Amino acid sequence: MTVEAEAQFHVLAVDDSLIDRKLIERLLKTSSYQVTTVESGSKALELLGFREGQSNTASVSPNQHEIEVNLVITDYCMPGMTGYDLLKKIKGSSSLKDIPVVIMSSENVPSRISRCLEGGAEEFFLKPVQLSDLKRLRPHILKGKSNCKEQKQEQQQQENNNNNDSSSTSSCSDNQSNKRKAMDEGLSPERTRPRFSSDSLTVV
Amino acid sequence: MLGLGAARLEADMNRLMALLFHQFIWKEKMEKLAHPSTRWLMWDSAQGVLDEQFMQLQQLQDESSPNFVSEVISIYFRESEKLLKNVRSLLSALHLIRTFVANWRVMFLSHRADRECTDYRKIGIHLNQLMGSSSSVGAKRVRTVCLAFRAASEHRSWSGCLRSLEVLEHEYCYLKTKLHELFQMEQQRVMAAGARHHPLLS
Repeated sequence: MTVEAEAQFHVLAVDDSLIDRKLIERLLKTSSYQVTTVESGSKALELLGFREGQSNTASVSPNQHEIEVNLVITDYCMPGMTGYDLLKKIKGSSSLKDIPVVIMSSENVPSRISRCLEGGAEEFFLKPVQLSDLKRLRPHILKGKSNCKEQKQEQQQQENNNNNDSSSTSSCSDNQSNKRKAMDEGLSPERTRPRFSSDSLTVV
Repeated sequence: MLGLGAARLEADMNRLMALLFHQFIWKEKMEKLAHPSTRWLMWDSAQGVLDEQFMQLQQLQDESSPNFVSEVISIYFRESEKLLKNVRSLLSALHLIRTFVANWRVMFLSHRADRECTDYRKIGIHLNQLMGSSSSVGAKRVRTVCLAFRAASEHRSWSGCLRSLEVLEHEYCYLKTKLHELFQMEQQRVMAAGARHHPLLS
């Protein structure tokens, strides 16, 4: 795997199985991502600094244990909070909703897959996850970053009123258009077809 | 001399891996494999003890993570044995309910049904976990047996469950023995190859 010239992206992996946590960590590290693994949805939310019923991020000071992530990848079947529950919490939070979420499952259940995608998941991976699956993460991370940037820009403009941000804003939008271009190029037709095979014995 | 030993170990390992992966060669698949030492592997999706997922584990092992495969497999053994133990005791408990209530009839019928239901469901949960981890490490046959076992538990067939447990324990034992052999051979091979380059011995 080639090492990216830009800063490493940080992925939060959630799975109740220790073996699967080890595996996804190794897969992500091999793909040059920085990784944090947790065993439950509630731990994930804690790390992300999720607060119930939060409306305005600017008024809340960050907890020192919170981390910045570019993507969350979570198992579907977990005791307590399922991957789907976690997805809904993230997408329902004003501060976290732009973080792309990917769901993994060892079972190929079409209704489950469509439910997750409709709930806002970017991708649905069948376990065991392969290195080639992880290649599909980058476009979602880049899109998430440009969304976050937009949100932060809006907030900044609100806080600073007018000011001399014109130069920085234009360079930011240049970055954004470059990233969107890269993202568009990266987004192949596969983006709309998440990987799930109808027969788990099929050699892929 | 040492070189010969390493080569022979490699040949033995090849044979063992072939046994684990079973049957015929799929040429196109092999050509796509990146890792040179796995090119000779033979496997069959229906019969193999291991499947391609095990090779994926091997491919993920490198200098930055040199013991990845043995670490993951050690966790797998530890967790599987715990799960098997739980399933065994649940099955014994179910057996007691069967034989005990046979003598006490109607009075405990509803309680028995609830308890049975819970225990079979717990067995199902353990089996799901074992299936998941088996699939993640490439333990194909163990996973297949779990599937059949789960069906028996869903049908609440005690004898079906007992038979499945016997097969499962056999398959698991076989897998564990073979993987231990493999790891031992790998260790010896590494030592033999390393000794060849030892400044004092070369």
